[in-house]
Amino acid sequence: MKKKLSEGLSALVKAATGIDGLDEITGGGLPTGRPTLVCGSAGCGKTMLAMEFLVRGATEFDEPGVFMMFEENAAELTANVRSLGFDLEGLISEKKIVLDYVHIERSEIEETGEYDLEGLFIRLGHAIDSIGAKRVVLDTIEALFAGLPNQAVLRAELRRLFRWLKDRGMTAVITGEKGDGNAITRYGLEEYVADCVIILDQRIREQVSTRRLRVLKYRGTAHGMNEYPFLISPHGFSVLPITSLLLEHGVSTKRVPTGIERLDEMLGGQGVFQGSSVLVSGSSGTGKSSIAAKFIETACKRGERALFFAYEESAAQIVRNMRSVDIDLQPWIDRGLLQIHSSRPTLQGLEQHLVLMHDAVQSFRPTVVVVDPISNLTLADDDSEVKPTLMRLIDFLKKEQITAVFTSLITSGDAVSAPEDTLLGVSSLMDTWLLLRNVEFTGERNRTIFVRKSRGMAHSNQVREFILSDRGIDLVDVYLGGDRVLTGSARVAQEAQERDAATLRGEDHERKLRQLDSKRKAIEAQIAALQAEAEADSEEVHFAIAQELLQQKATHRNADAMKHQRSGSTEQLEDVVETTA
Amino acid sequence: MTKTPVEAAAPVNDTAHYSLHLYVTGGTVRSIRAIANIRKICEVYLKGRYDLDVVDISQDPMRAQSEQIIAAPTLIKTLPLPLRRFIGDMSQTDRILVGLNLYPGGAALLPRGEL
Repeated sequence: MKKKLSEGLSALVKAATGIDGLDEITGGGLPTGRPTLVCGSAGCGKTMLAMEFLVRGATEFDEPGVFMMFEENAAELTANVRSLGFDLEGLISEKKIVLDYVHIERSEIEETGEYDLEGLFIRLGHAIDSIGAKRVVLDTIEALFAGLPNQAVLRAELRRLFRWLKDRGMTAVITGEKGDGNAITRYGLEEYVADCVIILDQRIREQVSTRRLRVLKYRGTAHGMNEYPFLISPHGFSVLPITSLLLEHGVSTKRVPTGIERLDEMLGGQGVFQGSSVLVSGSSGTGKSSIAAKFIETACKRGERALFFAYEESAAQIVRNMRSVDIDLQPWIDRGLLQIHSSRPTLQGLEQHLVLMHDAVQSFRPTVVVVDPISNLTLADDDSEVKPTLMRLIDFLKKEQITAVFTSLITSGDAVSAPEDTLLGVSSLMDTWLLLRNVEFTGERNRTIFVRKSRGMAHSNQVREFILSDRGIDLVDVYLGGDRVLTGSARVAQEAQERDAATLRGEDHERKLRQLDSKRKAIEAQIAALQAEAEADSEEVHFAIAQELLQQKATHRNADAMKHQRSGSTEQLEDVVETTA
Repeated sequence: MTKTPVEAAAPVNDTAHYSLHLYVTGGTVRSIRAIANIRKICEVYLKGRYDLDVVDISQDPMRAQSEQIIAAPTLIKTLPLPLRRFIGDMSQTDRILVGLNLYPGGAALLPRGEL
């Protein structure tokens, strides 16, 4: 109260609990300086919640705390919370936590007149002062109702106690047993603690038990109204809140290669965005897990951490099977870069699985998470719950900038015509969707892959044949002949046929060239013959001319001789010879 | 109501030494009244064979913790066994006497509910 006045009209001051998820639901934690009631039936985790609130306060927020217990003694409690990894003894010796076990044996007590619970106040006050506590847990104060005969006194004193805690500015958690019927608590503690009420619940459906948490009331502040599943894990209490209502996670433009070169090419040449979610769906035996394993191996090769949640195979089995497609995961497990968490989907409810994943992700801090397959998780649960819970997981991973690969088994016989129907609408949550199909043709089944969608990048619209062999994973172009896609040996046969045809065509060309060549040679020979003929002709002509000249000369000479003989001048004869020459 | 064999065998304590501890919280009216009441009872019924230790737990909170004190005032009888606790201002003498197994005339053997 004092705190609120000092803050004026600003928002309520809250004390962070440090419990995963609870601070998100309550918008920052429990009301500072006020008591909070945590109630629920036996075994639903009230004490654990209260203890973690105290331990986190002492270790993370420098707020020491007092744990006053009425049911377990210090040794029992210390042993119980050790399973959550809390070292109570250490914290006690560091004066960060004080435990006080209040024990009342009804049969020993006799009422002899008026009394009050000042003894309790003194003890609590002393414990608070001894370490300067800011937080108090009373677990569970209802035990007093069984221990003390006079309920009127007790109720008056409880009212005084909660008032007193408020006056001292203690952020308190008071646990209470769930009452019968609609009663929140068996003894009506909610009458006294009216600021914040948290209800824990444990429900069993189809033999699977799920714990849930709900903030029933939080005076003066907005809070999540829904029921949130929670888990008590080796790392403590963990509540899984819906964060998807906000959709304000940052985005990355960094790309992560899938490890399959041709697949990266199909995804705009660089692979998927970091922090995006990838759905790999297909019927059984289409190679979903192999793609996921390749993705993981690639991440590990980059030196990043990866987490593999397997719901069908054990870790050892995965390692062995992946070796058959040239993916060796064992070295990465040995080097601590890869963790494989295998469990049966029916081990617990979907939400519990998600909380577990959440926890594993938080503690291992991977950059890549694979869930193989999500469709198995949904077996145990009602479909209507699957989408919101998966949404929570996807949003969480996005927030943490973790690239997630989910495989999903398509169970319908005809995966080609209606793959969407079998995916529970989760595909809309995914950024990239790779669809694997079996194509059965000419007596064999072959795998094909295509990118059904990929947000924010240019991606190929082509169907590729997807080949798994002992040399690894490869994608090859399918043969598109006429109106059908050919894969496998049909593709190989088609390719061979094309090759033969090409060879034939090549030979034909050569033949034509040779023909042309010889034709040219024939023509050249003809030209040479004609030239020779021409030369012969011209020689003949020259010869004839020369002959004629000679004849002429001879004629002249004869004429001259005759002229000379007939007493003509020499000069005239010479002129004649010159003219004819 | 018939006596059980154990009850029949248990003698009324008239010789045993009593060890009593009264835990009060400071000088409240109730504390002062409780101290006066228990002193009177001891003087009347246990004269010469009792130790009464009055503890102010507001001064010694550790004692409150170690002795499991919740209500105030609280009287604890540590001897003779069994241990018994009385809460209140010690104004209901009958109940204290029954509890201390000092009720005159053997009525102390009656179960509590019949008083």
